[in-house]
Amino acid sequence: MIALEHVTFGYEEMEMRFDAQFPSSSFTAVIGPSGGGKSTLLNLIAGFEAPESGRVLIDGADVTALPPDQRPVSMIFQDNNVFAHLDLWQNVALGIAPSLRLDADQKRRVDSALVDVGLGALMRRRPGEVSGGERQRVAVARALLRDRPVLLLDEPFAALGPALRRDMLDLVKAMSQDRHLTTVMVTHQPEDALAAASHTAYLENGHIVALRPTAELFAARDLPGLKAYLGT
Amino acid sequence: MALALLGLALAAGFLPVLRMGLEQGLSGLDPYVFRVLRFTLLQAGLSTLLSLALGLPLACALARQASFPGRALLLRLLNLPLALPAIVVIIGVIEVYGAKGWLGGIFDIYGLQGILLAHVFFNVPLAARLILSDLERIPAESWKLSAQLGLRPLAIWRLVEWPAIRSGIAGAALLIFLLCASSFAVVLTLGGGPSATTLEVAIYQSLRSDFDPQRAAMLALVQLALCATLALVAQAWGGLGASWPALRLQPKRHDGHSTTARLVDGGIVLLALLLLLPPLAALIGAGVLHINPSALLLQALLTSLGLGAASAALAFAIVWPLAVLAVRSGTWRKIASIAVLTAWIVPPAALATGWFIILIAHAGVSGLAAFLVIAMNALMSLPFVARVLMPALSHSAEAHDRLCISLGLSGWNRFHLVELPVSKRAIGLSLIMALMLSLGDLTAISLFGTQGFVTLPALIYRQMGSYRFDEAIGTALVLSALVLAFSTLAERWSDQR
Repeated sequence: MIALEHVTFGYEEMEMRFDAQFPSSSFTAVIGPSGGGKSTLLNLIAGFEAPESGRVLIDGADVTALPPDQRPVSMIFQDNNVFAHLDLWQNVALGIAPSLRLDADQKRRVDSALVDVGLGALMRRRPGEVSGGERQRVAVARALLRDRPVLLLDEPFAALGPALRRDMLDLVKAMSQDRHLTTVMVTHQPEDALAAASHTAYLENGHIVALRPTAELFAARDLPGLKAYLGT
Repeated sequence: MALALLGLALAAGFLPVLRMGLEQGLSGLDPYVFRVLRFTLLQAGLSTLLSLALGLPLACALARQASFPGRALLLRLLNLPLALPAIVVIIGVIEVYGAKGWLGGIFDIYGLQGILLAHVFFNVPLAARLILSDLERIPAESWKLSAQLGLRPLAIWRLVEWPAIRSGIAGAALLIFLLCASSFAVVLTLGGGPSATTLEVAIYQSLRSDFDPQRAAMLALVQLALCATLALVAQAWGGLGASWPALRLQPKRHDGHSTTARLVDGGIVLLALLLLLPPLAALIGAGVLHINPSALLLQALLTSLGLGAASAALAFAIVWPLAVLAVRSGTWRKIASIAVLTAWIVPPAALATGWFIILIAHAGVSGLAAFLVIAMNALMSLPFVARVLMPALSHSAEAHDRLCISLGLSGWNRFHLVELPVSKRAIGLSLIMALMLSLGDLTAISLFGTQGFVTLPALIYRQMGSYRFDEAIGTALVLSALVLAFSTLAERWSDQR
């Protein structure tokens, strides 16, 4: 479970304040207008930003003071998830050993993570030689390999076409279910939330206005901001 | 028209040198020429190595410590040596490290050590700025990824930093080598006789003191070959970085918070300050005491400004039509880039040799001195002017071409309704850069100047030579104030773009 307790964060004159709980093994989509604090929310959980006050807890442990690599978190970004000068295999292997010195068992795990995301045939290609969707699969494979209980996704498939996006979403959803991950995904697409997320949070002006089961949130009549955002 | 002018100027420089050089054949390549060539390469190579050895850690430290009090000020300080005229910096270096200086006796500043010291002073900040701008181009996600994977400093260097700067470093090294190989003022003032002279200065001495056009032509030919090789290699490598390094918003870094990292980075920054600050402080400290508002100073000031304005205008008049044509067609784009590259390649002293040989044969130099200085300064500033104007114009063309064509807007109407307002800032910036270059130039004025025709840098050099060092410092401060006023303006404009 991820819990944010009275977390405050100032960003360019906006005072953000998060109080929320994301239950274990849940898949939560985060939607809301640009600049509302969606990415900041993920950055606070991952440790890329430090709150001004309040606590961040993951599975009961206070991680507020921990650096990103010591938190049980993997994060996938919209782009630049890979180092362009390393091949796909090396990019995934970084998830186990930054030195890229792996023993036989670790090598096998890297291979199988790549096979699991459908990149078995492309391991020795460089990121520049594969498609945008395949580059995102590298990030998914690395997250698989790191095997941390929390998975954060920051508009991971925004640059992909509809069919590819659906494939990737299915991949992430399956991985999240198989491994009982607590997943939080920022997205601009309501259909992403409807397809993958058990819960959806609506974020506006640095506040989580509502966090409800997905179908319930999209049917809500008491959230004028959400109606305007969705254009319904 | 502009191109014809440029072609004529270059041909007038090239052909006589080529003829005279080839007439001598290999007999002209005597041990003296080789000795000068060897020293040129030696000092340029060592200067480049030292500049990178100090500039690289400085850039990494500044990139890693993305926010500390005074960082913005420090970055501006790093721009200073690039903006200041060489002769001014030399004055500061002598004031600090000279025999009677604050830190006198550490270095023997007349000779190789002094030349290296001055070149390092200029080029450490240049190297640091170039490398820093590559480091700041690393996407924020790479830093997040490094933090999440828990990469140690060594792994970050190997996986993130080094791949990002690798090709940039090669370019920076070539640029610095080229600048040092054709550096004039530093070697003229700090070089020690025939054993510590470079091609550029040796050409000047053959023309002005020894009056030996034969030798000058031979040296010019060697210098030309050297610079052409370097510039072509640099061009092949991805172009010479002659742009103004802009201050950018840097991505958030998640490393460098440990005490060790802070200590290491702080130490490096401190070391750089120890290198950069004393000469600047000496210049200001001693300079204010010795400003002597004489008639000669005023005359030199006005001459400098007049020459600067004229050469800026000339450079603009050459580059603008070229830039307009380059936007229109691919062929012209190639021709324009070759013209600009030529201006990079041709060392001023080598070009001057040709002009000298022609003019001596026909009329003499003194009556034309002002024109020659203006022409040469304009040529020297071409690459910088082009670097600013060409992208601005092609940007404007991309945005407005179709609309202008559909409205039938062309020629003067299009220039003053569209291009002028849109690229006002770029035009201003390019003019100021050309003006600053001309204000600080000692090469052209030394080659063509006469007793009664004096610019500020020439006055400083003259005062140094006649044991009036105090007056030289005063003049240097006036010149730096002038140049800094312009560079502040330029920086403001380049920031807003």
